[in-house]
Amino acid sequence: MKNLTALLLLLLLSFGVAASEDIELQEANINLSNNASLQRGAKHFVTYCLGCHSIKHIRYLRIALDTDMDQKKMLQDIAPEGANIYDQLHSAMNAHDAEKWFGTQPPDLSLIARSRGADWLYSYLKSYYIDPKSPRGVNNLIFKDTAMPNPLWQLQGEQHTEHKKNIWGDEYTNLVIKEPGTLSEGEFDIFVNDLVNFLVYVGEPVQLERQRIGKYVIFFILMFLVLAYLLKKEYWKNIH
Amino acid sequence: MKRSRITECNDWFLERFPLTKLWNEHMAHYYAPKNFNFWYFFGSLALLVLVNQILTGIFLTMNYKPDAKLAFDSVEYIMRDVNWGWLIRYMHSTGSSAFFIVVYLHMFRGLLYGSYKHPRELIWIFGMLLFVALMAEAFMGYLLPWGQMSYWGAQVIISLFSAIPVIGDDLSLWLRGDYVVSDATLNRFFAFHVIAVPLALVMLVFLHIVALHEVGSNNPDGIEIKESKDPWGHPVDGIPFHPYYTVKDIVGVAVFMLFFATVIFYMPEMGGYFLEHANFIPADPMKTPEHIAPVWYFTPFYAILRAIPDKFAGVIGMGGAIVVLFLLPWLDRSPVKSIRYRGGIYKKALALFVISFLALGYLGTQPATPTATIFARIFSAIYFGFFLLMPLYTRWEKTKPVPRRLTPVHSLEEQLPALIEEITVLKPAATEIGHTAFKGSSFIRQPNPEGIKNVISRLAKKAKGSLD
Repeated sequence: MKNLTALLLLLLLSFGVAASEDIELQEANINLSNNASLQRGAKHFVTYCLGCHSIKHIRYLRIALDTDMDQKKMLQDIAPEGANIYDQLHSAMNAHDAEKWFGTQPPDLSLIARSRGADWLYSYLKSYYIDPKSPRGVNNLIFKDTAMPNPLWQLQGEQHTEHKKNIWGDEYTNLVIKEPGTLSEGEFDIFVNDLVNFLVYVGEPVQLERQRIGKYVIFFILMFLVLAYLLKKEYWKNIH
Repeated sequence: MKRSRITECNDWFLERFPLTKLWNEHMAHYYAPKNFNFWYFFGSLALLVLVNQILTGIFLTMNYKPDAKLAFDSVEYIMRDVNWGWLIRYMHSTGSSAFFIVVYLHMFRGLLYGSYKHPRELIWIFGMLLFVALMAEAFMGYLLPWGQMSYWGAQVIISLFSAIPVIGDDLSLWLRGDYVVSDATLNRFFAFHVIAVPLALVMLVFLHIVALHEVGSNNPDGIEIKESKDPWGHPVDGIPFHPYYTVKDIVGVAVFMLFFATVIFYMPEMGGYFLEHANFIPADPMKTPEHIAPVWYFTPFYAILRAIPDKFAGVIGMGGAIVVLFLLPWLDRSPVKSIRYRGGIYKKALALFVISFLALGYLGTQPATPTATIFARIFSAIYFGFFLLMPLYTRWEKTKPVPRRLTPVHSLEEQLPALIEEITVLKPAATEIGHTAFKGSSFIRQPNPEGIKNVISRLAKKAKGSLD
């Protein structure tokens, strides 16, 4: 009986080992207390993403308050011309047109960091490559046949695939930049990281506040626990 | 002396309402066995979580919109634009998972100490009805955020009803109010989630507690404390619930809140188990997610459903997994209640049951690959085997004699000094000067390998002895 139990446990553990075939993601460096990074990310988003993607669950005002930015500066430097500080970040693109142009409506990105995860977004934005067979001329290693053209190609340059074999003889695909863009590889990494950092913030703007308050709540409960325990001990001292 | 107005009001009320009688019957003069252990916290904790769910739920409904076009956005509105909305929402979402954790542990306590056995069968039945109502409540509540998992989870589960012969299709149509999960479904689920099922839950909790207080609480020894009473008619091994267990349960509440707050403030998604990642995408009836998994607390039953090749048989299997729990008081033929006096067979069977329940829970979250399905079948067989073979193995097995009175309990606090004494050894501290005169005054406690080995082997022997 005991052996059977052990066997079952062992077999169960072996499930976890069955590796997934997903491509390994690159790690994004998320730091929500880095206001400069968040502000750069907001700027990048408005410049490169807002044309097609809304983030309708956040307002310029909230971003300005949370990243410690002057409201006037927010309207001048980041928000598109004519935007109001109380506006949510809506894309100006018509949904009907978008469907015609891309075959699908570009999704709202307010919660994309919570559904996809930061590392996925970071890797996705860096994994475009030239693919003459694709209708848009580009493809993506992380999200095959994605409907989104590469919005950052001028910055990153042109990436091509390179098929290689590892020491066990398994084939894998590498991406190499054949024609450099306006940013160096390091600069581009920081650019994408800022953008992803901003999206993680937008996914749940209250994150930092939540963690800050949590410390006090847990401290309070610990104090309460000590008192409750002493009270219980006092009441129970004569019960044997 | 002139009586104050407050005393007069008080008396006026008490002459017309049996508050003192109720308080005494259920708190101050309700005698509970004095040897409740860790497992006995989860009843009061379940009540606490229920109150949490109702209170946070009331605040959530103030800003939530049960409309397929608005629901998803209204939840995000609560998370961002409503003051403290995020806290209320996380308390509610974490609370639902906490409810199941607490209730599963509460039910496991019943299995450990035979709390469902005579004369407490009715308490168990009310408890099982509570469990079913809780599952309905959670299932319908999960549709409300109107995310992809909400939508497709509901779609999959409701379509199960269509597997029922003859009336299946009409029944599922009637449940949904539409041919697919839609605004009509969302509206009716909202109605059930915020009023119908909570009312049933509160009433069942009332019945569960009234039935419990009629026969009295079981205990880790599985002895009826009412059988030995003192000259005043109080059970000698009992203590009044208030103040003893009220102050004790408050300690449990504090420990629970510590975990609860940690999850709320630092890991509200719990790695995608409490809030699933795919549920941050608005429901899209045109796009099926690649992998649909119910929330973790339904996964053991979902795994049983998938393990059975035929759809209708699967539905029967899944329902049967819950129905069989109702029958527990009559399946168990053992003369003793507590696991302490049962034989080794029940202990092993219970261990296997726990392993298979957890394994099914894990398998339910994973895609159904052929190997996973085989394992799900094995574990489903063990799950049902535990219950259906119970009339046989509980009757056969040799039980230990049950004492007449409660066995003394040694708390960890009492045992700790002796244990530390055993696993450590006092060694004179080597002082810099090395003078013998200093050696007598300073000692250092160091781990004693011999002692540790002794303690471990004693524990292992005890564990083995109790299993045979």
